[in-house]
Amino acid sequence: MKRWLPLVVFLVLVGFFAKGLFLNPREVPSPFIGKPAPDFALPVVGNEAMVFSPADMKGRVWVLNVWAPWCVSCRQEHGVLMALSQSQTVPIVGLNWKDKDREAAALLAQQGSPYFAVPDDVSGKVGIDYGVTGTPETYIIDKAGIVRLKHVGPIDGEVWKNKFEPKLKELGA
Amino acid sequence: MIPELGHFALIVALLLAVTQSVLPLIGAQRGKASLMAVARPAAQGQFVFVALAYACLVYAFLTNDFSVENVARNSFSQLPEVYRITATWGSHEGSMLMWVLILSLWTTAVSVFSRHLPDDMVARVLGIMGLISVGFLAFLLVTSNPFDRLVPAAPDGRDMNPLLQDWGMIIHPPMLYMGYVGFAVAFAFAIAALLSGKLDAAWARWSRPWTTVAWAFLTAGIVLGAWWAYRELGWGGWWFWDPTENASFMPWLAGTALIHSLAVTEKRGAFKAWTVLLALIAFSLSLLGTFLVRSGVLSSVHAFATDPSRGAFILGFLAVVIGGSLVLYAWRAPKMVTGGAFTWFSREAMLLANNVVLLAAMGSVLLGTLYPLFMDAMGMGKISVGPPYFNAVFVPVMAPVLFLMGVGPLARWKEASLPDMASRLKWAFAVAVVTGFLLPLTLEGFNPWATLGFFLAIWIVLTGLLGFRDRMKNGTRLTSLPRAFWGMQLAHLGLAWGIAGITLVANYEQERDVRMNVGDHTSLAGYTFTFQGTTEYDGPNYRAARGTIEVSQGGKKIATLHPEKRIYNASGMPMTEADIHPNFFRDVYVALGEPLDDEAKSWAVRVFHKPYINWLWLGAVVMVIGGFLAASDRRYRINVRKATAPAGAVAQGS
Amino acid sequence: MKHWIFAFLMAAALPAYANEAAPNAEDPIIEQRLVKMAEDLRCLVCQNESLAGSHAELAEDLRREIREQMKAGKNDKEVIEYLTTRYGDFVLYEPPFKPVTYLLWLGPFLFLLIGGGAWYLTLKKRRALEQQPLDAAQLAAAEKLLQDK
Repeated sequence: MKRWLPLVVFLVLVGFFAKGLFLNPREVPSPFIGKPAPDFALPVVGNEAMVFSPADMKGRVWVLNVWAPWCVSCRQEHGVLMALSQSQTVPIVGLNWKDKDREAAALLAQQGSPYFAVPDDVSGKVGIDYGVTGTPETYIIDKAGIVRLKHVGPIDGEVWKNKFEPKLKELGA
Repeated sequence: MIPELGHFALIVALLLAVTQSVLPLIGAQRGKASLMAVARPAAQGQFVFVALAYACLVYAFLTNDFSVENVARNSFSQLPEVYRITATWGSHEGSMLMWVLILSLWTTAVSVFSRHLPDDMVARVLGIMGLISVGFLAFLLVTSNPFDRLVPAAPDGRDMNPLLQDWGMIIHPPMLYMGYVGFAVAFAFAIAALLSGKLDAAWARWSRPWTTVAWAFLTAGIVLGAWWAYRELGWGGWWFWDPTENASFMPWLAGTALIHSLAVTEKRGAFKAWTVLLALIAFSLSLLGTFLVRSGVLSSVHAFATDPSRGAFILGFLAVVIGGSLVLYAWRAPKMVTGGAFTWFSREAMLLANNVVLLAAMGSVLLGTLYPLFMDAMGMGKISVGPPYFNAVFVPVMAPVLFLMGVGPLARWKEASLPDMASRLKWAFAVAVVTGFLLPLTLEGFNPWATLGFFLAIWIVLTGLLGFRDRMKNGTRLTSLPRAFWGMQLAHLGLAWGIAGITLVANYEQERDVRMNVGDHTSLAGYTFTFQGTTEYDGPNYRAARGTIEVSQGGKKIATLHPEKRIYNASGMPMTEADIHPNFFRDVYVALGEPLDDEAKSWAVRVFHKPYINWLWLGAVVMVIGGFLAASDRRYRINVRKATAPAGAVAQGS
Repeated sequence: MKHWIFAFLMAAALPAYANEAAPNAEDPIIEQRLVKMAEDLRCLVCQNESLAGSHAELAEDLRREIREQMKAGKNDKEVIEYLTTRYGDFVLYEPPFKPVTYLLWLGPFLFLLIGGGAWYLTLKKRRALEQQPLDAAQLAAAEKLLQDK
């Protein structure tokens, strides 16, 4: 029966390859799921005296959206976030990532801000602490400050409905 | 017009390929000579039309026809002419067309050099190769047409990736494709044997030269890729175990096992089913490589930008071709009764061990390359498997076969005694061990990896020389030794030379990363490097800052090197172009980093000393020569002559 | 006056003396550690490049981060842990030796073992073939073939 072995091995490989066609080899899964959101204290865009920290959000389910004024996909996402900020009650915090040219304040003033707060991460260090590799990336953090979900890439209607809403509901948002 | 002509030529080629496969295969099965005779002309016709299509693509690139999407994406009006030609194979579509062109080239070669083969075998071999052509031509026409028009036409192209604008691009892909597409011939011979049920030593003798030539091309292609990476990438490395690199290396490992297994089947009629399976595996790995690089399933620097739908087509094709061949194998292989007996240290046993180790090495590379996919597909997280894994695992696994290279060629067929061989080899062994141990001590101190590398290289050389001595014992002159023997010796010695080079450069290379102003100097390995500043100039499709670095040794100037930092006009991509001063014993390698001030007066400069790195390339050249030499042995050519001699002439025998 | 002119000339001549180029890095020892570590780390925004060679911005950020950690006295193991806490094992080119990767690390040696076993069994079978002498019928058939030439 060992003459069938090569075929069997091959068919197993084909199965994996078929599955692989639906996966993205470069997507980095977050090791923070189920772990506490890393702490930080950053000045807020537009009001340097104010400081934002994840601890401020304890007791609520909230969304952390990592974005940047220079990021093209974030512009696309902006409209969706604006609509969401009006249609639902989960606060969206917008981490302003590596905004070296200081464009965030002007941009948000011009286009409106969907954000509850905009902590300013100029150096990108907080981004590194969260395992951010690019923008936009979005996290759901629960009432106890534990990271529950990470989404890489812009949020659109579909993504919010199928990925975010169920999770938010589950967490008692 | 011309692109449409090219497109039309591909459609005709597809029809010819269908004819080339269906009719002769039916003819061979039914014994109908008229159908079998269709194979040769159909194959040659297919080649003509594929070549015509390729010529049309080259024309579109040379005339800067940016209304053709492929040209717009991969070329640029300022791109030098030679790179406009290489750009034809720089994209997914273009390289697939090259795949098909080279396959039809091999098919034509088989159709011409097969007069001495039985008609049904030729019909089957050409028919199988035709089926593969059908698959790829269909893939091209349906999903990856290189002649697609861009409406409206682009004003100019997006330029070829600057990394590809190098000598290496001119020769590496064609050589590589000649290699792993060439394994289709061995594959077709194997399927033909399974279909006909006839598998004997003659079959092995027919398949062997084709396989060896393909192997030689593949060796050249892989090494050219490494040489190119070394010169072009600017960090002095030459092998990264990237999935695409592995995709070419795995067929090479299987192909090497195959040429050794064919030796046993030809000489002793043994290992028939195993050799057939190896031929299927080698080409399957080539096809697998094609899939991996174009499907987006693995992350690779070399990967073509493709989408999963193309990946699905190739996977389907793979499943049919490889799956079908393995079903045929499972069904027909037991019918192949294998040959005689042999004992523990006979040459057959050594060659079998060679196959075991090479396939274990191949399996390890496959395991490492695919493991991230396995884990991700099973939802077990994502990991990366890179050079640290492969280097740690590959060397120990390969070492046994490198050791056996000293023993196998000296072992007798059928029966050999261990005590006898041990006594013949004991001096070579002792010298190799002692030198391997002492050499690192004279350089930088105890180094087990260097010892292993030196031991193996010296062992292979000494036992190779013993092989010459054995053959010349009865007064035979060097020049009258058969080419097959010379080919084997050169291939083995070339590999040893390469191993010596790898051992030396990997263990003893040095580098320095410094900040240099005009007039500054730095030293490395006895050489002094003086920075004379940079000048700006305009290349054909880039702007460059050209550095001048004087290299001297012992106060005497030996070279002026000009590393460059280029920015390409169309893409804005920056590129580091290193400059190298090579000689037989070392490379002195200089690369510019970033300018450290706004006027670009002060630069970060990296200097490297790479001892004996050219032994890698030289060793590989010797290996390739050995391969071609072995394939041109008398016994393969005599059959051709016999077929053209009048009937009744006495057979020459070899 | 003369010694002022002399001093001035000396000062003007100083830049003309060729200088030994300084290492590009502030601390060559840390830099060496950094490069060695970064060669075995993945650039997360590249198509399979190491952190050492990549020019991507995130790669530079991470190299800077590693440099700072090393300067702060962290050893290699701690720096690696810093990275894997944030990016997972994906960032390591050398896969860790965990239950989920046992098969990966042990596989190659298993292949050799299994292959070696197959080699041994095949050779035993081949030797057994040798031991069987021809029986009378086979000898007669051989005779006949030899007569026929």
